[in-house]
Amino acid sequence: MTLVQFLLLSSLLFSLGVYGLLARRNAVMILLSVELMLNAVNLNLVAFEAWIRDAFATGNVFAIFMITVAAAEVGIGLAIVILIFRNRATANVDDFELMRG
Amino acid sequence: MGSLTRLGMFLAEEGGEHGGGGVEAGITSGWAVENVWLILVLPFVAALLIVFLGKANEKWGHRLAIAMMGYVFFHGTWLWILTMTDGVLYEASYVIGDLGSGFAFELGWVVDGLSSMMFFVVGTVALLVYIYAVGYMKGEIRYAGFFSAISLFAGAMLVLVAAPNLVQLIIGWELVGVASYLLIGHYWEEKENSSAGMKAFYVNKVADVGLILGAIMLSASVGTFNITGILDAAEEGAGELSSVAVVGALLLFFGAMGKSAQFPLHVWLPDAMAGPTPVSALMHAATMVTAGVYLLGRMFPLYEGLAADARPWIMLIGGLTLFLTGLIALVQWDLKKILAYSTLSQLGYMVLAMGAGAYTAGLFHLFTHAFFKALLFLGAGSVIHAVHSNDMRDMGGMRKPMPITYWTFVIGSLALAGIPPLAGFFSKDEILAGLTHAEGPSTAMVLGIGIDTFFFWTAVFGAAITAFYMTRAVFLTFHGEYKGHGHPHESPASMSAPLVVLGVFSVGAGFLNVPGVFTGMTKWLEIRANEFYEFHPESLDLGVALTGLTAGVVGIAIGWWLFARDADTQAERDRLHIPGLYPLLENKYYLDDFYLAIVAFIKGPLARFIDWFNGHVIDAVINGAGLVGVWLGRAVYGVDQKGIDAAVNGLAGAAGASGAVFRRAQTGRVQQYAAAFILGVVVLVISFVFVL
Amino acid sequence: MADWISLPVNWVFLVLALVIAFAGVKVVTSRNLIHAALSLVGVLASTAALFLLLSAEFVAWVLVLVYVGAVLVLFLFGIMITRAPMGREVSLDNERRGLAAITALATFALLAGTSWVAFGDVEIEGVGDPITTGDLADSLLGRYLIPFEIVSFVLLAALIGGIALARKDRSPAEEAERTDA
Repeated sequence: MTLVQFLLLSSLLFSLGVYGLLARRNAVMILLSVELMLNAVNLNLVAFEAWIRDAFATGNVFAIFMITVAAAEVGIGLAIVILIFRNRATANVDDFELMRG
Repeated sequence: MGSLTRLGMFLAEEGGEHGGGGVEAGITSGWAVENVWLILVLPFVAALLIVFLGKANEKWGHRLAIAMMGYVFFHGTWLWILTMTDGVLYEASYVIGDLGSGFAFELGWVVDGLSSMMFFVVGTVALLVYIYAVGYMKGEIRYAGFFSAISLFAGAMLVLVAAPNLVQLIIGWELVGVASYLLIGHYWEEKENSSAGMKAFYVNKVADVGLILGAIMLSASVGTFNITGILDAAEEGAGELSSVAVVGALLLFFGAMGKSAQFPLHVWLPDAMAGPTPVSALMHAATMVTAGVYLLGRMFPLYEGLAADARPWIMLIGGLTLFLTGLIALVQWDLKKILAYSTLSQLGYMVLAMGAGAYTAGLFHLFTHAFFKALLFLGAGSVIHAVHSNDMRDMGGMRKPMPITYWTFVIGSLALAGIPPLAGFFSKDEILAGLTHAEGPSTAMVLGIGIDTFFFWTAVFGAAITAFYMTRAVFLTFHGEYKGHGHPHESPASMSAPLVVLGVFSVGAGFLNVPGVFTGMTKWLEIRANEFYEFHPESLDLGVALTGLTAGVVGIAIGWWLFARDADTQAERDRLHIPGLYPLLENKYYLDDFYLAIVAFIKGPLARFIDWFNGHVIDAVINGAGLVGVWLGRAVYGVDQKGIDAAVNGLAGAAGASGAVFRRAQTGRVQQYAAAFILGVVVLVISFVFVL
Repeated sequence: MADWISLPVNWVFLVLALVIAFAGVKVVTSRNLIHAALSLVGVLASTAALFLLLSAEFVAWVLVLVYVGAVLVLFLFGIMITRAPMGREVSLDNERRGLAAITALATFALLAGTSWVAFGDVEIEGVGDPITTGDLADSLLGRYLIPFEIVSFVLLAALIGGIALARKDRSPAEEAERTDA
């Protein structure tokens, strides 16, 4: 196995996540895309870990950290989306343009 | 030369010497000369105080004035006595300011033979006139104001007489004019009185142009206004001064023509009789009008030397004045007007003498004339005060109720006519003598005769006329029957006492200069800082004296014959009514009408032309300038509106537009921001990693 | 290329990669939200399998546990609560698809290009000695203790924040009423 195949895959996933982040209308879908991106990063980390194989298993450790933080972030993110939905009765991101100049 | 001339030359004696000014004086310091400023300042102080104190009590008017003039008389007489005994020569100047170009404005005083004589004359006559005025002006309107103005006059005259430089002289000259205007117009409620004041002022102002121009011309060429300095330069014959000397001297004389009322600028003096009689006595007989003669005397070294070519003209004017004004006096009914024309005539004598180079003669005549003319005026005032009219047709037989006035008036008239041993004889005789020995301009010819001879006989003829009209005046006023309607009586002591004093002077003053016997006046008048030469006769020139005396006696005789029987009826009075000549004289040679025509032209056609010019030409230019301004304003406005404002508005619009454009980026949508963010990162990374 | 494909490991990899790619595309383009969420499950599961290939066993099972088990359930709840359209709908995308595609392509190009250039010829050992849990524990509680603690704080904060955010809003009057009572 080459390293680069994993990296390419992770790049693909990341780009897909970017597309989803920018193109989706629903706030939950955006969060979903963010998860995709995070997952791509995890893949990257682990692939490098497999290559480097240091004594501390740094890549794996950080992958674990990332999963944890991602979980926390999803929890908060969804809470916020739900709150916004309560106030605005819509989860459509396009409708949230209070900051419009 | 005709037989007349040869007669004259035969009568004139050749004896005599030439002496002159620049005599050493004994007194050059001391309290009297160092404090002459008191004489100059006190009158103004008095005038000012009278203005304020006179409001409370009008008696302060005469108290302050007489107190002041008493001091002036005292100090002036003291100086005169010092001059007579030791001789005084002193000059002090204080620099007040800077006039630029190296000229300083100085005020000060000169004490020499000439100015101390003037101090004495002014002090004496003014004091006597002030005392007289207390009685004359009693109950008259603006009593205190009168004394204030006449004190102002005294101060101004003294400032003029004491002037060491031409600037102070001009200051005094102008102030005297102001005082004259104020006093002539004292009864300004009558329009003709205020008009007379204005006429005096205007005519003097015309002449003052000459005075000032002459003063500037002479001073600029020498570099100083100081008179002694100018005369010193004239003595040396310095180059710059010599080129302007004659013109400057003539211009100064033109100024003197105004103040001393020479023909044809004499027209103001008869009208000035509208003022109160004391004013006429003091100013228009004794002092103010003599300022011109004084100026000629003060500048005499210039006229005698460098500007000698000016003298024929001076003689001409003086002679014309003498003759023409004397003739007018023959046909006057107003007593004061007779005296006014007589004054004009005598001033002509003085100017003629100065023009002929007879310095002492002219000034001596000024001296004696001051006394007897003031006497005559005061006497006339006494009669007028009693009769309440100036016109001789309302008088007659005044000698019975007013003996003092009568006898003093007679003394004055005889003095004026030149009858010995009265003062006028000696002074007039000296003028005639001087005319026969006129230096320099004697080569000028008038009507084929030498100028000095021509004017000698003119003066002689003038003497006859003088005697004639004075005799007429005496007879018509004091003899015969009283033609008026009141009850005239003698004037109070305040008025008659000065008459007596002046009478004494009229008798005695002549003895101060008798050629061959006592020539004190000559000696005293020549105590000057600058040198000059004049002819001094050795002894009394009998030929000349007899000629003059004969003329006077002839005049009296004719007057006696015509009027002694007191022309009672109008027909008799109109004996003088020579057709052709009489109207000419009565209308004063139509000179006033001529002047009025000039004024009317200025007022009328000239003024209308100037108005047209101003309205159509000058205003057109100015309006054009204004229109250009308006047009420029509009253009600038347009530029501002369209150009500048458009630019500014455009900028603002651009800002707004660009803002609107950029604002589209601020959608408020996070995804867009995120897109921009990610793209930006990608671009940056690419550019940093791969490109750079 | 031929060498690469001959290895069985790479076959597995390729299959898994295709699944991931396909599922990923489904996640970002599906019109049905539930489909999208479930596609994410596919992605995650395949990723876990890849982790196994890379001898990261612990991470693989943690991924499945946490992500698939908890996070995705959370997502499904979120979708349901926000009444997201569960059926078909016209489009879940917005107008900016073009820009998004460009951005995604750019990102992909950058990342892929950089990776290829940097690590084009690096070989790695796949399945081999696994990284044991023990090793991970030693590392987590040894060298990376502080980040470990910080992450737990993050979790705590998230927990509290979640509760605070999800609480029902009460007016001050009602607050006072509740505390009094």
